[in-house]
Amino acid sequence: MHGTPRRTTLLWAALLVATLLTWWVGEDGATGPAIVALLAVISIVKGSIIILDFMALRHAPLMWRLITLGWISLVWVLIGLAYWKGLSQ
Amino acid sequence: MLRDTTCPESRLVALRFPRLMGMNTRSLASPLPARHPVTEYRLAGDLAIWFFILAELLAFGVFFAAYAFTRANHIELFNAEQHALHRGAGAINTALLLTASYFVVRAVQAAERSAAAISARWLLGAIACGGGFVVVKLIEYSAAFEEGVSLSSSPFHMFYLSLTFFHFMHVILGMVILAALWQGARKGRYHPGDMNGIETGAAYWHMVDLVWLILFPLVYVIH
Repeated sequence: MHGTPRRTTLLWAALLVATLLTWWVGEDGATGPAIVALLAVISIVKGSIIILDFMALRHAPLMWRLITLGWISLVWVLIGLAYWKGLSQ
Repeated sequence: MLRDTTCPESRLVALRFPRLMGMNTRSLASPLPARHPVTEYRLAGDLAIWFFILAELLAFGVFFAAYAFTRANHIELFNAEQHALHRGAGAINTALLLTASYFVVRAVQAAERSAAAISARWLLGAIACGGGFVVVKLIEYSAAFEEGVSLSSSPFHMFYLSLTFFHFMHVILGMVILAALWQGARKGRYHPGDMNGIETGAAYWHMVDLVWLILFPLVYVIH
């Protein structure tokens, strides 16, 4: 139900590496639609690990995966739309 | 007189889409034991916590969208004031929350093996990481207040303080829940026969972590 310790440790290491990447992008000062898309993808991948593996929704009825994965995707679509709106001003 | 009150339409839907409905296919399809193992889909933890988590995700989602669309009208102001934030503190706090979540999963896995003492130790580690988050956040807040940051000093500061403080209060509540789980684990309450308590508390903590995974890039990095 909650996976093996080895798998969990590998996922944790991947989450930390992804965090380092997000931080590095911030320090580098890079910007633009491609960078925002990259940050969105990193956040969605990290969120999916939390949702599917840490919250163990991989083993939950489909509806719960649709709601939670749909939530994180929708939030990033809204952030992307707002970013695009800001660019065109 | 007893009657069968099952709605035939809902039974048909459940038979066609058992995974969507969260049904056990074995009990629906046949009263006889299945020849092949049937995957049972279930939520980890109490159903009530999941309704609560959905309400929390909705609230944070609205807050994130409000930040993003307000920023679209004040781009230069948001970019300048965001630049003054300490991204290192934000990244350290992300790592602390992720590590706490990892420790909580290890505690749940230990409880699944009936290793109560080990489970309690992992939970204590998670509480320590939560404490680390609180300390880093308080240092960050005190530095911001010294620079004159307040709820009314600018739209960016209003969002920065209210969003992060709203999340901060969730971390505090999460630590209280983890402390309750730690007590329970020490008393050997969680084992393969009863995982409900620890799974319920763990789900709440993971939610606190999950929303930060959007908050950090949104408020500290994207410009």
